[in-house]
Amino acid sequence: MSIEAKEEFRPKIVAFCCNWCSYAGADLAGSSRLGYPADVKIIRVPCSCRVNPMFILRAFEKGADGVIMCGCHPGDCHYSTGNYYARRRMTLLFSMLDYIGVENGRTRVEWVSAAEGVKFSTTMNEFVEKIRSLGKNVRLEDLRCRK
Amino acid sequence: MYKIAKENLSALFRLIAESQELYLPVRTAEQVNFGVWREDAEVDLDTLKSVKSPKDAFFPQSENLYTCIKEGKKIQIEPEALKEQKFVVFGMKACDVQGVQVLDKVFLADPVDTFYAARRDHGTIVAMACHEPEESCFCKVFGIDCAEPAADVATWMVEGNLYWKSLTEKGEALTKDVESLLESADDADEKKVEDEKAAIRSIVEKLPYSNLSLEGWNGDALSEKFDSPLWEELYKPCLACGTCTFVCPTCQCYDIKDYNTGHGVKRYRCWDSCMYSDFTMMAHGNNRTSQMQRYRQRFMHKLVYFPANNDGMYSCVGCGRCVEKCPASLNIVKVIKAFQKQGGDK
Amino acid sequence: MQEVINRAKELLADGTVARVLGWKAGDLPYNPEPAYFESVESLEDFVYNGFCGANLSKYMIEASKLEGKTMVCLKPCDTYSFNQLIKEHRVDRDKAYIVGVGCKGKLDIEKIRKQGVKGIESIKGAEITDEADNLTIQTLYGEKTCSYADAMLERCHVCKGKEHKIYDEIIGESKDTKDADRFTEVARIEAMSPEEKFAFFQKELSKCIRCNACRNVCPACSCRKCVFDSNKFDSAQKANVDSFEEKMFHIIRAFHVAGRCTDCGECSRVCPQGIPLHLFNRKFIKDINEFYGDFQAGEDTEARGPLTDFTFDDVEPGIVGERG
Repeated sequence: MSIEAKEEFRPKIVAFCCNWCSYAGADLAGSSRLGYPADVKIIRVPCSCRVNPMFILRAFEKGADGVIMCGCHPGDCHYSTGNYYARRRMTLLFSMLDYIGVENGRTRVEWVSAAEGVKFSTTMNEFVEKIRSLGKNVRLEDLRCRK
Repeated sequence: MYKIAKENLSALFRLIAESQELYLPVRTAEQVNFGVWREDAEVDLDTLKSVKSPKDAFFPQSENLYTCIKEGKKIQIEPEALKEQKFVVFGMKACDVQGVQVLDKVFLADPVDTFYAARRDHGTIVAMACHEPEESCFCKVFGIDCAEPAADVATWMVEGNLYWKSLTEKGEALTKDVESLLESADDADEKKVEDEKAAIRSIVEKLPYSNLSLEGWNGDALSEKFDSPLWEELYKPCLACGTCTFVCPTCQCYDIKDYNTGHGVKRYRCWDSCMYSDFTMMAHGNNRTSQMQRYRQRFMHKLVYFPANNDGMYSCVGCGRCVEKCPASLNIVKVIKAFQKQGGDK
Repeated sequence: MQEVINRAKELLADGTVARVLGWKAGDLPYNPEPAYFESVESLEDFVYNGFCGANLSKYMIEASKLEGKTMVCLKPCDTYSFNQLIKEHRVDRDKAYIVGVGCKGKLDIEKIRKQGVKGIESIKGAEITDEADNLTIQTLYGEKTCSYADAMLERCHVCKGKEHKIYDEIIGESKDTKDADRFTEVARIEAMSPEEKFAFFQKELSKCIRCNACRNVCPACSCRKCVFDSNKFDSAQKANVDSFEEKMFHIIRAFHVAGRCTDCGECSRVCPQGIPLHLFNRKFIKDINEFYGDFQAGEDTEARGPLTDFTFDDVEPGIVGERG
């Protein structure tokens, strides 16, 4: 066995967080000293509705192992209805990814409010664990991006 | 001339593949395209035309040119290696072989395209005569004899035997490699092949496009054809997709692009289509701004510009793939006929 | 066919329309092309038969920009696309004079070839007026027959019905050719294991040559500039690298028309590599129906599309995993 094989798998995870709730939730998690793995890279978006299916596919293409999207709870959207549209889109996209044979669980949507620092931290911990158990994303990556 | 029974072909393929890469028509998900031979590949020599032409073997749809790797402040550039291994393309048809001659004019002319030249040097073409030509074929119009393909090795499939005749040095070398599997053909066999050739030629005579006239299409016809009002009508059903260009054995335009890998750049080239809006895009924009101009470019290139620069050689070989595949049923034959009709009306 | 021509001549002669959008006879028995006819004389080339599968709705985007009205021949399924284009303000209803033409199922030359037919000289039985159930094909290698139903496009086996959804007048009879359920194949794939699903799509999509025919023919793909053509974005690639490229293209293509796709089947018809592209679109349609209630795009010109609409109690994306 080589040394590399023993090395622990560190997944790359992209989290799209809406500016008004989830990003603030992440802030709260930080200021409350709640931990979540450094494997999670947050990208702030103005609203969960801004997340285009292409963002998610591109993240996978460039080597992400899991993508999670967080937004305001339904009914609490800063723009009233953005997250309702996002919910439909993500449902369809995730279903399509499942259909073409991408392992279930590589994508997730979670509604996290600005007050839910704890939820943010537990969600991220759970998600990272899930991706660790699924292993490397090989079905949606672009081979050219491999190191 | 040699022969080999059809049921021994897989042994032949295995033997060739032992020492070099072998490309041949393979059926994947109900479509036949040229691909690398593997033990489990479904080889299909009965389908007359592969969907994509075999030009991929010499000029792949996408190929890497070099890779830049960024590490800290250092940038390292690794050029892509040239083809160094010998390979065989088995089962090309006469039209496809002529297609390679057209590509040669482009890529082997000064400045020589080293990637292409390396593949040409290392590739041996085993061509097959067209057993039953189809209605979309018009290779005869370009002086191609599909009964007698001019490649490194020519083969004929007659009554369960593949007849094998090497025509060049490369062909001789390949024949030596596989001689253990080949039997010598006798006079009766020669006769069979001659009969097959005659049968093919008599079918070709009957093909609907075989008497298509190319009169008026040459390097000197530039302004007359370019300014014709006919294009304005002909292009209208065109959907501006790239099907015709990507199935064509002679289309040779490509685009060079950079792909950001996150830790560097891969510079690659890939086939481009003159039907696309970003074809030959330059800093100031595109020099062909309408679909009519793009549509005209394709046929003018094949029938006027190319012969003007290459001693009258057309860059169409009459394989008929565009005839079969165009989603709007447009094709080069309809263009030639439309001009002919207009000429007749005058 | 003659009735359509006669009517077209009348409409051209009395100035109701400036041009006719139909099909022009090809030089082989099976390749009529979409065409504009601007004079009564030019209509002598007009043809309408079993090989006129092309959906002319998309051409109306350009025709709507021209001076005067265009008489357009639409088959029942094409009218769904036209409605959808009206809803999206891509065509001008006032610029179109819609003649609903009869349809008894359209033919797929690839299906005929697949039955071993080659060297085709003539085909009998593809005329619309002909009630024949069989095609008689004269080839260089002898006469062949094949049943009309076996030569039909996949989409005709899941026909949406013989009713025109929008028209100014109807000429000719239509027939509902449905003899299969359109979600059977989708359900079959859904039941596979992730490995099998992946292998299936990998095999199909590895044939993709990035010719964009599926996109360009699609009446719902009507963006002025496609993201895959944008030179400011590196997915604008024509590369065929057999890794992620093709998947991304096809998922995004299908996603962008989700809720707008009328399932006209043009993408699968034109694919030079015979990729069953409708399987992507129908997956979205099936999901939309299951999650948000039955919806048929192009049924009318008013209803809100499922992705531009919502309810407070929509299912959560997590359902995908729970459903198993």
